[in-house]
Amino acid sequence: MDSMSLTPKVNRRQFASCAAAAAAGWLLTACGPRRLSEVSPARLKELLAGMERQYSAKYGKAVTVSGAQAIPGVEFAYALDLSRCIGCRRCVHACVEENNQSRDPEVQWIKVFSMEKSKGVDFTEADPYYHPAEVPEEGHFYVPVACQQCRNPPCTKVCPTGATWTDPDGIVVIDYDWCIGCRYCMAACPYGARHFNWGEPTLSRDQLNPSTHYLGNRPRPKGVVEKCTFCIQRTRAGRYPACVEVCPVGARKFGNLLDPDSEIRYIIEHKRVLVLKQDLNTMPKFFYFYAT
Amino acid sequence: MPVNRTRRELADMHTDIVLKHDEEHRWCLDCHDAANRDQLHLASGEPVSFDQSYQLCGQCHGEKLRDWRAGVHGRRTGDWNGHKKYLLCANCHNPHQPRFKAIEPKPAPKRPTPPGK
Repeated sequence: MDSMSLTPKVNRRQFASCAAAAAAGWLLTACGPRRLSEVSPARLKELLAGMERQYSAKYGKAVTVSGAQAIPGVEFAYALDLSRCIGCRRCVHACVEENNQSRDPEVQWIKVFSMEKSKGVDFTEADPYYHPAEVPEEGHFYVPVACQQCRNPPCTKVCPTGATWTDPDGIVVIDYDWCIGCRYCMAACPYGARHFNWGEPTLSRDQLNPSTHYLGNRPRPKGVVEKCTFCIQRTRAGRYPACVEVCPVGARKFGNLLDPDSEIRYIIEHKRVLVLKQDLNTMPKFFYFYAT
Repeated sequence: MPVNRTRRELADMHTDIVLKHDEEHRWCLDCHDAANRDQLHLASGEPVSFDQSYQLCGQCHGEKLRDWRAGVHGRRTGDWNGHKKYLLCANCHNPHQPRFKAIEPKPAPKRPTPPGK
């Protein structure tokens, strides 16, 4: 009957070596890098200070790295007035300067599409490379697209290392120290909002914005994915994102969805609002609207 | 000097100002106060200072004024949850020619380069 037993025979030596291997594995994991959510406040402070020293030395000027957490009772949302945008790309370049994107290879978090009024919002006919002498062009309208900060984000679900997630204020963030550059998230994102650092990012001392956030605009290494964070370094400090402030026609609106008196709530309650690719059920917190 | 209220081609002063803002129906003194040129006046005749000029604009553009008050029309800078800086209508729109002029766009993104080029 012994040969019928389903339990494999383990002798004392095998058990001991398995137990030793398991203990070593546990020890390695426990001593290895921690996820941001598991890091103690004291340890986080050390991590941030270390980054500040590293970046300050690299760029030759004082760099701050904030670890500011989400503000309780806040869920960020964005709205963009399609009837106002003139496609001037001021937002694209203000974003690059604020968020320390690589200048070469060129990384830009906002892409502005030129569309024909006769065809409506149609991405198959859209042109992001338009360069007329002056905008707006006759018969055209413009749709700037960046991260839509989905409530049901396809990108975070496919990340094999847990390097990207939604923070409590609704910002989809990336921990560049955990990103392994597999780019699954880029394939999953239906908005083309995620960008990969194919080369070593170039950013000069003068170009560097020294006010940074751990999950936002701190300098990135080669081989990681990055995206719009609603200017996390600014918005968690109460300020408007850079693109909102630079827009010459006031087409960009930002605020707290949970505050009934915010401009974002006014827009959702009073204007004609749409989200991109609604049928995918990504539930963006980036709304497009027509004020007129 | 008596106030000349007739609509005319300006020859002596303000020749640089071209009115393209319902010019068929309006004239300088519909907004500027004839008695005190340092202020404006509403259609009712009630005086309005230049820093309250949105009241004057809002007489016709009521829905824009409503949206502006809610923070939806126009640009705001500062803090989303604190001190916001509002701009007056005339900070962005020239009251004499309110339609925005076309501007030069910032450079287009680079097209991706095919491998080996």
